[in-house]
Amino acid sequence: MYACGLGLVSDCNHCDYRNLIQQIDLKSNEGKVMTAKRIYLDNSATTRLDDEVLEAMLPYFTDSYGNASSTHQWGQRARQAVEDARRQVALLINAQPPEITFLSGGTEADNLAIKGIAEEHREKGRHLITSQIEHPAVLTTCAHLEKEGWRVTYLPVSRQGLVQVEDVRAAIDDQTVLITIMHVNNEIGTIQPIKEISAVVKERRQAGQKHLYLHTDAVQSAGHLPIDVNDLGVDLLTLTAHKIHGPKGIGVLYVRRNVRLTSQMHGGHHERDRRAGTESVPLIVGAGKAAELARIQLSERAAHARALRDYLEEELFKLIPQISRNGDQERRAPQISNLNFDHAEGEGLQISLDLKGVAVSTGSACSSGSQEPSHVLMAIGLPRDTGYGSLRFSFSKDNTKEEVDYVLETLPAIVAKLRRLSPRAKLMHGTS
Amino acid sequence: MYSAKVLEHLENPRNSGEMADATARGEASNPVCGDLLYLYLKVTDGKIIAAGFQVQGCPPSIAAGSVLTELITDLTLEEARRLKPQDITRALETLPRNKEHCSVLAIDALRAALDQIQGAVV
Repeated sequence: MYACGLGLVSDCNHCDYRNLIQQIDLKSNEGKVMTAKRIYLDNSATTRLDDEVLEAMLPYFTDSYGNASSTHQWGQRARQAVEDARRQVALLINAQPPEITFLSGGTEADNLAIKGIAEEHREKGRHLITSQIEHPAVLTTCAHLEKEGWRVTYLPVSRQGLVQVEDVRAAIDDQTVLITIMHVNNEIGTIQPIKEISAVVKERRQAGQKHLYLHTDAVQSAGHLPIDVNDLGVDLLTLTAHKIHGPKGIGVLYVRRNVRLTSQMHGGHHERDRRAGTESVPLIVGAGKAAELARIQLSERAAHARALRDYLEEELFKLIPQISRNGDQERRAPQISNLNFDHAEGEGLQISLDLKGVAVSTGSACSSGSQEPSHVLMAIGLPRDTGYGSLRFSFSKDNTKEEVDYVLETLPAIVAKLRRLSPRAKLMHGTS
Repeated sequence: MYSAKVLEHLENPRNSGEMADATARGEASNPVCGDLLYLYLKVTDGKIIAAGFQVQGCPPSIAAGSVLTELITDLTLEEARRLKPQDITRALETLPRNKEHCSVLAIDALRAALDQIQGAVV
């Protein structure tokens, strides 16, 4: 057993590495100045670029700056790097390299998948199915197509934040060309039943509806859960590098062989005519390296995040009364925790934590001015008032048990302070 | 995003909590975001000698309630009635545009408390 700080995960060297860095920090300050706490628990927003990824990218900014479409040796070196990266991304999701298209990020991948399929198959039908808890990249793209004359069904989810397979089955009609349901929800971490939905799609195809396609936004699951596109049974899948310690500005759309879609970018013949524009070789190399590391370390990283997440939840439930979890407890990704705190407003919690050096995200089903209400928390039926606040904690391989301990030391006092201020808490419990 | 003053009031709210011996309690709520603010006044000889507040709401609502209790302590009822939302915003240095309604919430609670003491001014 090679401690992960928690002592729960074997073969985990992240904690050891981080502890070492912290010790060096303290030594260099000779204990006189304590380094200000900077604890990043917002890894579902984005992650730190891995040093190894950065190192892999750097030569392609300067030494190997060729255009991957050029036939000279500068170009061929760049081409080689792009194709190596494509293989690495393909391996992460058990796809074939030609099925991988590089583009600018998750949002563009969702746009290409949805508009590309809808436009390509507009003669076959003009109905799309999605869910109410999708990322805005999917929801607003669907809303755009609605304005252009497509029908869109936005499926509700259960109180646990799960799409019901029977609802999908019931929503399909002979005009349906695309079902787009996310793999892991970005706010509450629930894992949607994509494999079960793909079985329904397969039934419809066997019954003659050949032009029905299934897309999933796997931005929060790729690199966190094992993904095999053949096992999942999807035709299109979105992923992005910056959620797995790769660079921002580079995403991937997996498109199953023989699935045709209309390109949304007009220009040269890049990316098998799916996405015009000179390839960003350094970013693609970064995505490839991030995918390779995520694949090799997948189970170790997932166990590490899960151990930290479960430790945080378990201890917070002991320390703070009147808190609850959002999202299904079984079907959820290991790195995400979304908690409700009764009688404490979310932004107050989030900013108070930030003032203590801890980064998390907040949401609620109500609109509080600067904050848009969370459509996800609304969809799972949370009340639309400030009677509670919600925080999302999201972990990565870089987090440590010591960091969680610091949150456990600081958060109860913050919650207590906000509850002492609240007239509603008083009304509820008689004494403040 | 928020001024240092707003953050400072969030960290150290002034005069918070229920005031048992208050002369009046004014309530205001924002039906859109659900924020709820109570303002307590203790009044002697037409003068506010102490103020307190409770709030369930976002950081600017907390800061607005907190800074208002400082602004009105030692004012006469007439002076307090002349306070405007802009006075709160100014006392907090600045508020994001979409959070200016938090100052309005605090002033609404103040006016409700003053109305209880003086009778509603129509």
